[in-house]
Amino acid sequence: MAGEKPEHVRSTELGKPVTMLEAIREALWEEMERDPAVFLIGEDIGDYGGAFKVTEGFIDHYGPKRVIDTPISEAGFTGAAAGAAHMGMRPVVEMQFMDFVSCAYEPLTNYIATSRWRGSGPVPMVVRGPVGGGVRGGPFHSQNPEMAFFHTPGLKIVYPCTARDAKGLLKAAIRDDDPVLYFEHKKLYRAPFLREVLEPDSEPIPLGRARTHREGKDLTIVTYGMMVHESAKAAEQLAQESGLDVEILDLRTLLPLDEDAVIESVKKTNRVLLVHEDTRTGGIAGELAMRISEKAFEWLDAPILRVTAIDTPVPYSPPLEDYYLPQVADIVAAAKYLAKY
Amino acid sequence: MINTAGSATAAGSELSRDELTELYYHLRLTREVEQVLTNLYRQNKVIGGLYRSLGQEAVAVGTAYALRRRDDGTGDVIAPAIRNLGSLLMMGARPVDVLRQYMAKGDSPTWGREQNVHFTDYDRGFIGLISHLGIMIEVMAGVAITFKLREEERVALTWTGDGAASTGAFHEGFNLAAVQRAPMVVIIENNRYAYSTPVSKQTAAASFVARAPGYGVYGDSCDGNDVFAVLEMTRKAVEHARSGRGAALLEVHTYRRKGHAEHDSQQYVPPGELEEWEARDPVDRFMRRVIDEGWLTQADLDTIDDQVTKEVDAARETAEASPMPEAEEALAEVYGGSAARRPWTRLATPDPREA
Repeated sequence: MAGEKPEHVRSTELGKPVTMLEAIREALWEEMERDPAVFLIGEDIGDYGGAFKVTEGFIDHYGPKRVIDTPISEAGFTGAAAGAAHMGMRPVVEMQFMDFVSCAYEPLTNYIATSRWRGSGPVPMVVRGPVGGGVRGGPFHSQNPEMAFFHTPGLKIVYPCTARDAKGLLKAAIRDDDPVLYFEHKKLYRAPFLREVLEPDSEPIPLGRARTHREGKDLTIVTYGMMVHESAKAAEQLAQESGLDVEILDLRTLLPLDEDAVIESVKKTNRVLLVHEDTRTGGIAGELAMRISEKAFEWLDAPILRVTAIDTPVPYSPPLEDYYLPQVADIVAAAKYLAKY
Repeated sequence: MINTAGSATAAGSELSRDELTELYYHLRLTREVEQVLTNLYRQNKVIGGLYRSLGQEAVAVGTAYALRRRDDGTGDVIAPAIRNLGSLLMMGARPVDVLRQYMAKGDSPTWGREQNVHFTDYDRGFIGLISHLGIMIEVMAGVAITFKLREEERVALTWTGDGAASTGAFHEGFNLAAVQRAPMVVIIENNRYAYSTPVSKQTAAASFVARAPGYGVYGDSCDGNDVFAVLEMTRKAVEHARSGRGAALLEVHTYRRKGHAEHDSQQYVPPGELEEWEARDPVDRFMRRVIDEGWLTQADLDTIDDQVTKEVDAARETAEASPMPEAEEALAEVYGGSAARRPWTRLATPDPREA
């Protein structure tokens, strides 16, 4: 290793607040420092520091063997990460945009997800990268592809929405012995409202546990990612306009799914609204509704509703994309309907 | 470079009596295990398909013999293709485990969850393939990159058929290994058919090894039915990779004498082709060569034949006596530390009020 720990990964150490992007960067740095088996592989992550500069400065410190710039070959380097994991390494793969993870669907779903079960051993690796819309990125730089992988036993899926969770969950993902897909909403990367001071040497946050983002008694919103914050805005509005006390459950991890937390909250409020930025058909709302039906049908005082994106590709032009994405007003309207039911 | 006539080459004369014996043992062992599997298949004791490597044993055995074989996880690592049973056995896989795999037994290396040669032993240095072709090149690129990263003098070696050479995974994986100058050897085993598709429909190029300069790597090819030529060619390539000079792409010319799997009637094969290649049988060629050269005697070979027959028969008996897996074993090991959940709505009448 060469050189001092650079300033831009020391904010927490110095007691300064970090953005979600900085929290992710610190998690990567600290895990590489802690464990020589951790290395990074992806496109433009070395000399350039990554398309979003998450790994800026890493190659100067850790060198090109632990920060590997690859040819454009998502399947190739994802499969290669599995080979490295077989040999005892803990690779962290960067998808420049998570939209491109579809190119690596083959190694992830067929080879990596099944390895342990096939007797070929665990595959401790993380595939991380930016997701999500609202940044006018168009259909191929705005996707939320989590549900394409939700159907695959053997994978874990993490989707944080705060700096604290981003750091703690990424650390846990890197230390986990199973393959983890880790989604980072690009609109939250540098969002000033998410800046927070974290404890130095923070511990990993266990995967598979939801977090109550807001306590409430009248209605539960189950959501994750950007929609946690949109739901929080809706909850404030609902409190003011209708005196409704909304609970927001941030799933944080989609696989394994914290079913117990969902059921518990539903049994408390008896009304549930499912919200996701992902498209409607085949979105996680469908699975959640089924589980609530199986485990808490008798506790419901209203039908289960969902607010989601529309079933189209992600459009580019602002009026189109705003129509595509779930809006705060949609959440407010659905919650009011449920409350009156 | 290509010598399919079966005439003697210089390769082989450097081998000791022990080495020659070892090579013959593995050629014979591979053929015998497959013969026993064929009998079990005909008795309906093999579950699913049976994939033979008849006529390709010299490739499987000769390439793997060029490697550093260890049983403590410090040697070279291979990922076999479906016709590399001989490579697997050469690395130390036990015939009884191969038979258990084919019969879906509960004590097979994959506990009955996976089949045939799809199994792994990191200590002995082999990683089980999956059915999606080309992916093992990506995976093995990562194995090779790890060896380079950790400065270990180990080599990752894998095979593809002429068919898998057409996949995108082949290119993405091999190009990554090449540009990383990782210690990776890929052998394109050109056996003329991918299922029923002849190599003329697989590529417009005259050879596969012609790709080597396109990737900027070392390339070589040889007659795949001459185990001595295969061994010599692979040793050079492995040495190239091990010494830090980067990846290598090899092509062996051979022929798949059985169908894709045992059910395949091969009606697409032109008349006379099978007979032509039977005359170039790699095991027969080995025997003729070692006897003609006076390296081994017929009696030496007969002794090995007897040994192999006894060993494989004992393995068959053990494997046949092995238990089938318990049904609920399907739930285990999807994730570390916890089994998958039993589907309660299938096993009991659901009552959401009690859930």
